[in-house]
Amino acid sequence: MRTLQGLRERGEEIRMVRMTGARALLETLRRQRVDAIFGIPGGAMIPVYDALYDMEIRHVLMRHEQCAAHAADGYARASGRVGVCMATSGPGATNLVTGIANAYMDSSPVVAFTGQVPKAYIGKDSFQETDIIGITTPITKCNFQVRSASEIPQTVKKAFYIASSGRPGPVLIDLPKDTQIESAEMDFDDDIELRGYRLNYEPHSLQVERAVGLLTQAERPVIVAGGGVIASNASSELVALAELLLAPVATTLMGKGCIPENHPLSLGLLGMHGTIASNTLVPEADVLLAVGVRFSDRTTGDVEGFCPEAQIIHIDIDPSEIGKNVKPHVPIVADAKRALRALYERLNQRLRSRERSLWLSRVQELKREHEEMMRSEGGLKPPSLLAELRKLLPEDAIVTTEVGQNQMWAALYLKAYKPRTFISSGGLGTMGFGFPAAIGAKVACPDVPVVDIAGDGSFLMTEQDLASSVTGGIPVIVVVLNNSMLGMVAQWQRLFYNRRYSQVDLRRTPDFVKLAEAFGAQGFRVGSLEEFLRAVKEAMKSEVTTVIDVPISPEEDVFPMVPPGGKIRDIIRGEGRG
Amino acid sequence: MGEEETYIVSALVENKPGVLRNISSMFSRRGFNIESISAGLSEQRDLTRITLTIRGDEGTLEQVVKQLDKLIDVIKVRILDPARTVARELALIKVMTPDAGARSDVINYTEIFKGHIVDVAHESLIVEITGDSDKINAFIELMSSFGIREIARTGITALPRGMKSVRIE
Repeated sequence: MRTLQGLRERGEEIRMVRMTGARALLETLRRQRVDAIFGIPGGAMIPVYDALYDMEIRHVLMRHEQCAAHAADGYARASGRVGVCMATSGPGATNLVTGIANAYMDSSPVVAFTGQVPKAYIGKDSFQETDIIGITTPITKCNFQVRSASEIPQTVKKAFYIASSGRPGPVLIDLPKDTQIESAEMDFDDDIELRGYRLNYEPHSLQVERAVGLLTQAERPVIVAGGGVIASNASSELVALAELLLAPVATTLMGKGCIPENHPLSLGLLGMHGTIASNTLVPEADVLLAVGVRFSDRTTGDVEGFCPEAQIIHIDIDPSEIGKNVKPHVPIVADAKRALRALYERLNQRLRSRERSLWLSRVQELKREHEEMMRSEGGLKPPSLLAELRKLLPEDAIVTTEVGQNQMWAALYLKAYKPRTFISSGGLGTMGFGFPAAIGAKVACPDVPVVDIAGDGSFLMTEQDLASSVTGGIPVIVVVLNNSMLGMVAQWQRLFYNRRYSQVDLRRTPDFVKLAEAFGAQGFRVGSLEEFLRAVKEAMKSEVTTVIDVPISPEEDVFPMVPPGGKIRDIIRGEGRG
Repeated sequence: MGEEETYIVSALVENKPGVLRNISSMFSRRGFNIESISAGLSEQRDLTRITLTIRGDEGTLEQVVKQLDKLIDVIKVRILDPARTVARELALIKVMTPDAGARSDVINYTEIFKGHIVDVAHESLIVEITGDSDKINAFIELMSSFGIREIARTGITALPRGMKSVRIE
């Protein structure tokens, strides 16, 4: 055992310092270069908050723990760095759960800290005790309960490493109150050891060679790109490979933005609400290069009809994704960036001529129909409204979404030009995600406008955090596409349940302008496209959060759409479009 | 879907609290059907060896192994080849022996099966028997005519034959 005295005597650098667990936690966060924590204090977390009183780390006081987790998630997705949230034991911890599950489904690097009752009280059903380790086991990459203060620096370092490496994901650390209070010799420089955590970043050369063989022969290649491309910062590699192959790129919801959506090879969203181009061309592909995707049911529809003629190459960093939902012909377990680069290098030497004019003219033809849907039809129609909004926003503006119709309209009609500028709850589909995620994104990127495309139903699930955005000085813009309905459910009831509208009418409540004003935010209600655009310009200049209430028809549907369980080429285009 | 078979998987995991919970939580979440799971210390003090028997097709088996390997407390996972594996199970069977005839019959069967009588009471015996699952099933079948009061089985534990090993060097 090294002691400070012993080290001094031998003239070694002093690295062990005595301090409380709470202080050591914050010191480790500082060393991890954490610049924001989203949280709410409570009984079992008071020692950490007491230590925070003396520290320079920014803490954003949220008004609901779910929002703390979503804000950390939004921060992580916008910046690519680990997002940090904090809550007390019991209800504080369980309120984080939705946010953690959301980060897990979308592979977002979040580290969550929860207070816990003192060790001696664990298992006694003590006040505000809950088994958050048991609860979060299936929704975290891993979790830890600290057993003594001296473990804290190592545990936090492990959590950050695990959360941000390989396939990213949330990690939770549970801190019994006594471990926050007790003092110990802290070692901040010790290396961490994780023998059960092995990562494979490099692609296997044999599989790369097989993939190159398929891609060289391909006549109708299509790339399907997902969140993994964004997580590994591989957008430029993706675009370069697509251009080399002259292969169009369809993206999953999580992949939106990994290729600029004004690029000639960009097909847009794929799946249940995929564009006509994506949903038509993927089933026609002879070689499908899937990168950083997990073939979720919302993307593939009926798997049999997804790409029946294609040889599938699947690149993913998580070996368990290979063959989970779709069995590939060529599996490549690797980091997307390195795999795409390896493919590019070998293809660049081998590809001679690529006769693709027929295939590419088909791409352009199918894309045209989508562009027409975005043309203004007069009135406040979401597709044209979002297309016009895009023209006002700078390229690097960040858009978050809630879940439901608002999300699918935004995914289809609000183009993303850069990775990490479109942030949406893909896997879990969490209504209420977009607004707190916007707060997190704004903290990460204070210099760009952040817009939450919301629905009236979703926004009301987390609207109390208007308080944290106003008092925390974090101005974001909320566009409420207000159909006074739980719109996506209403759409399904309209299309598949014989217009039996069961429990979807929100009856024009609340008044979003008054709601915004009650929190000290700015509220506008708009009646035309011109008023909408004026309100957005106003909001972009504002130093407080702005809520723009946009009344739209409750009968409005999101199209294109594939009926649930259907083949993705069986597209419902909507009225008059057949 | 491929054909269903029974597979044996051997895993070395960290010997610390919560690891078994993580594993069983993953199995239930993924809907895997685990026939038996046995756990105990391994040749290394800080490692627990877990032996699983799984019923499913090859695709399921592949997912079980990958999902296990993904857990951070799981250090190593291997599928054992049934032809080159010693797989054993231990069972304790409490058999009703109301009269001397039944008692001597049970004792005879136990000897034939190379089991042991480990508890003798007025109206019952406990037989300890080890072997592969077929042997144990056959013995239980024989005992059922006497009346079985309780059975406790450990589940399969297994090692690959010869120098082939699942261990951390």
